[in-house]
Amino acid sequence: MAEFKKADSMLEWFDQRLGVINFSKVMMTEYWIPKNINFLWAMGALLMMMFGVLLISGIFLLMYYKPDVALAFDSVNYTIMHDVAYGWLFRHIHAVGASVIFLVIYIHMFTGIYYGSYKKGREMIWLSGMLLFVLFSAEGFSGYMLPWGQMSYWAAYVITEIFGGIPVIGGDLVVWIRGNFYVSDSTLTRFFMLHVLLIPVVMLGAIAFHFYSLRFPHVNNEAGEFFDYDVEAEKYLAGDKKGSKVIPFWPVFLAKDFFVMGVFLIFFFYLVFYYYGFAMDPVNFDKADGLKTPTHIYPEWYFLWSYEVLRGFFFEMFGISGKDLGLMAFAFANGIFLVMPWLDRSPTVAPANQRPYFKIWFWLLMIDLIVLTIFGKLPPTGANAWVGFASSLSFIVLFLALPVITTLEAKKLGAK
Amino acid sequence: MTDESRRGFIGKAFGAFAAVGGIASLIAMKKTWDPLPSVMSAGFTTVDVSGLEENKLEIVVWRGKPIFILKYSADMTPTEGRNIKIGDHYYSVMIGLCTHLGCIPAYRTVKKDFKCACHGGEFSADGKETFGPPPRPLDIPPFNLDGETLVLGEEGEAYRALVAKA
Repeated sequence: MAEFKKADSMLEWFDQRLGVINFSKVMMTEYWIPKNINFLWAMGALLMMMFGVLLISGIFLLMYYKPDVALAFDSVNYTIMHDVAYGWLFRHIHAVGASVIFLVIYIHMFTGIYYGSYKKGREMIWLSGMLLFVLFSAEGFSGYMLPWGQMSYWAAYVITEIFGGIPVIGGDLVVWIRGNFYVSDSTLTRFFMLHVLLIPVVMLGAIAFHFYSLRFPHVNNEAGEFFDYDVEAEKYLAGDKKGSKVIPFWPVFLAKDFFVMGVFLIFFFYLVFYYYGFAMDPVNFDKADGLKTPTHIYPEWYFLWSYEVLRGFFFEMFGISGKDLGLMAFAFANGIFLVMPWLDRSPTVAPANQRPYFKIWFWLLMIDLIVLTIFGKLPPTGANAWVGFASSLSFIVLFLALPVITTLEAKKLGAK
Repeated sequence: MTDESRRGFIGKAFGAFAAVGGIASLIAMKKTWDPLPSVMSAGFTTVDVSGLEENKLEIVVWRGKPIFILKYSADMTPTEGRNIKIGDHYYSVMIGLCTHLGCIPAYRTVKKDFKCACHGGEFSADGKETFGPPPRPLDIPPFNLDGETLVLGEEGEAYRALVAKA
């Protein structure tokens, strides 16, 4: 055993046993963040906070929720909403939080794309981030099933049915996932397990990994500049805080994050108290009925774009049925962001406004995603179906064109 | 035997043992997610069709799925391989789930067709897809006939004859 001398202070006592002084240096006071950043760099801390808000509100809902088809609907809409003191508050926080966290996720993600923060050593940050996006989507989907309303039921039905499109094993796979021939009690209970235990545990691991993946390549900055962190850190520690290009994570970087969090929380609680309706679909206040499809089914706003890609291909082409084309396009849309670091063939790390071709590509993608989101909510009839088809096709074409566009751009920038 | 090779052997033996245990656990986990025996052996549904009204959709439940039973009126033409004759009348007997993504289409008595609200798919009265994303006609469930009684879940002669013609 190592030799221990009597500690002079509580801090020293803990430091002898846990190395807290060194630990806090590595994790906080000497973890260096570039100075040349803006409020968009606060989204990570914002997401961490929202994860905490969802976890805590979820724990309180968990005390009264019953994962049983006979009891679930009333346990949410009667017990939690009417009987439990402040139950309504926790439900509204949880529902609004789940919706708003996707807004922040998308801002976080498209900030990364805009500033090229996914390449030249930052590939693992991007990949772990996309893994988190998949996990958050699964968490959102499984949670949406729990109130057991009509939208819960039919969203569960349609989404699990998608797995039926997988060749050969599809049909059996759907029955296996549901634990029945249709969405039933076994389906509800297993997705409850996924929502409250398995997915959150995996998420915690993925979040830790996402932070870890930042350590070596470091956080990107507004100019996409690469510099020697050791040299800049020494400058800062020597007292040249103005000349150094870095700041410590704690307290300097987080101080600004706290400000952004404060502003965000005002917006968040405004929604929770005065505008929670957007996260509480009226159709979901009818109890689930497996024999009555609601007249119009649509997912929450954050899944609308990929839902529209799924149903954008509504007719047969090249001898492939509309259904299979839609499923293929849907799989493409959900997988393509993952390989972003390899689709962008330009070595330039710079904000999109300094990249002549990528700039156009980025804003076209934004417009296309907004169009997809809007039309995803509208009934797929007449002209709407064709707008859906055109925007779904544009989405695919944009990503197929990205390697070409960025290669041409690299040549142009290299020629200068 | 040198120390290294002995350690190497023990390592491989342990690895193999652990792999067998790992695979066995995966099989157990997979089977835990399987539908329960009570679900798999879900019973049969019998329907007496003699009292049904013409051109009015009757929906019964079989294995949690809606089954459409439509009695044809005199002005509707039956389709070979899609409709069955029970007594003096032709009927459509189909699983009432859109073959696109499983929503339940609604029957329009005036147009005498089915319309799915989810993604706009349409089917004729005999269940053939006529518009939109559905890739195939509405499925026909296995059934058997006992006089004017329909037994769902049992593969009878009439069912086999119908499928052969389709």
